[in-house]
Amino acid sequence: MSGWEQLSQYIMSGLTTGSIYALAALGFCLIYNATHIVNFAQGDFISLGGLMMYTLLGAAGLPALVALPLAVAVVAGLGVVLEAAAVGRARSREITVLIFITVAASLLFRGVFKEVWGKQALAVPPLSPDVPLKLLGATFTPQNLWILGITLAAIVVLIYFFNHTLTGRAMRAVAINPKAAALMGIDTRRMVRLSFALAGALGALAGAIITPITTASYNVGVLMGLKGFAAAVLGGYGNFLGAIVGGLSLGLLESLGAGALSSTYKDVIAFVVLLLVLFVRPRGLLGGGEETRV
Amino acid sequence: MNGGGRAFLWQLLALALAVAGAPLLVGNPYHLNVLNVMALNVLVVTGLNLLIGFAGHISLGHAAFYGLGAYVSGILSSTHGWDPWLSTLAAALLVALVALLIGIPTLRLAGNYLVMATLGFNLIITILILQLDEFTGGPSGFSGIPPLKVLGHSLASDQQFYWLVWTAALLGLLLARNLADSRVGRGLKALHDSPVAAAAVGVPTAAYKVKVFVLSAVYASLAGSLYAHYFGIVTPKTFDIFFSVELVTMCLVGGMGSLWGGFFGAAFLTPLPQVLHVFDEYKDVFFGGILLLLLIFQPQGLAGLWARRSRARAARSA
Repeated sequence: MSGWEQLSQYIMSGLTTGSIYALAALGFCLIYNATHIVNFAQGDFISLGGLMMYTLLGAAGLPALVALPLAVAVVAGLGVVLEAAAVGRARSREITVLIFITVAASLLFRGVFKEVWGKQALAVPPLSPDVPLKLLGATFTPQNLWILGITLAAIVVLIYFFNHTLTGRAMRAVAINPKAAALMGIDTRRMVRLSFALAGALGALAGAIITPITTASYNVGVLMGLKGFAAAVLGGYGNFLGAIVGGLSLGLLESLGAGALSSTYKDVIAFVVLLLVLFVRPRGLLGGGEETRV
Repeated sequence: MNGGGRAFLWQLLALALAVAGAPLLVGNPYHLNVLNVMALNVLVVTGLNLLIGFAGHISLGHAAFYGLGAYVSGILSSTHGWDPWLSTLAAALLVALVALLIGIPTLRLAGNYLVMATLGFNLIITILILQLDEFTGGPSGFSGIPPLKVLGHSLASDQQFYWLVWTAALLGLLLARNLADSRVGRGLKALHDSPVAAAAVGVPTAAYKVKVFVLSAVYASLAGSLYAHYFGIVTPKTFDIFFSVELVTMCLVGGMGSLWGGFFGAAFLTPLPQVLHVFDEYKDVFFGGILLLLLIFQPQGLAGLWARRSRARAARSA
């Protein structure tokens, strides 16, 4: 394999995992903008997306065209439950308490997934039959294309939603100034709940499309979610474009870094990037997050 | 963080008596072992509580500080033949330095940057412990760590270690209480009530927060070193991010920022998995469930319940 072929191989796999990080990072942004909390259950949305696909495609034998929207709907529902039963119901409005509610929920979800699906890795069939494809020297499967295509489609839908629909614009208004939005007659609580639903849907999508490559398990999304979080910080926490840029750059950085140095420390890269960004430029590449206090 | 000076000392004395009497009742070495682990957790949780109560920040990296204390002291004392006390001290200094490096850039920011940074840090440490297997033993762990010695006697048995670790835990509580009455403690209390007012009267808030964070990490490191020299073996799983979450759970169950709350949180949650073996399977559901319910309905934890009851009693008698 020549150097160029290797490079395009790394770029292909970097963009694939980067898409997953971008979807996860978008989920983090949505909830952050609506509530100012970090939702540590985002990774579990990814796990559940994969597990649902395993059950719906494998055990129930549904076609992918039915299974995918169903999986997305179930996880979006879990997002709503998380808001309605836990985060929105909490007696304390302190951010730290709310964040730890999501940490606790994540632990609980994982425990429940483990009881339902067991601990083993579960094979999820790809969206279309596996035939090796070649492009610019990189070898990949149709699933790689599905991942890139579905991520792109999700981004386009989100852009349309936030710019051209009344609900989407109302959600943006709530993110900018919840009080003013409420005074304009926007039901802020509904918008917050919708953010959780959307974050769940994005997580499910990520899990559904990546697990044919990684296999599904009760905790498959945990590390992906944490890396998606690092990607969101890299891009600028709460910044949508930043989430996409951060996700793809992190995916590329990881794959090129693992190729150039060694794959042993591949998983460290995301978190070293996270620390460096927090130390050097906490607002991230494109700006976001909060200002310094006093 | 307020315990009432005199009352705290009496409570601490009562605990010390209970600690001194317990070995008479607990003959079973296995139960002593559980009590020893409890004391280690009390030490870490007390440190974590200082951070939560004084600085108002939560760390998701205390398992990593605990792990660094354990691995660094373990490796220095066995591979390099250092005296275990010296290696414990060296590990604590290293951890203090690391905490300083993390704390300085992140604690001056508002929001939850410390949670994010410590979380990332914990993940890095876990991966490094797993991957640097020629130094750390990798996934199977690092063994052959020598016990601590006092006056030529090695503290290897459960009974001997019991005295050492509970002394450390009680001293840890006493020191934490004294900190509350110190200049730093008062400054941070002011900060807690009003950051702007505190800064306006010249409290160097960021510097105080960093100090408390470093101290809190050192508590974890010392507990980790004690752990390593007690068990003689350390494995990476003991120090992963889930243990960090467990430590925070102990703090929150007891009551955020309350020293006795932290003590009871650790005392309540440490023996549970040991007592109920079946429970190990449902550990995540159980920890997650308890933490979730508490945070939703009783964010002040057990200490909050206690305070409400005594307030109600005071109101009735008045």
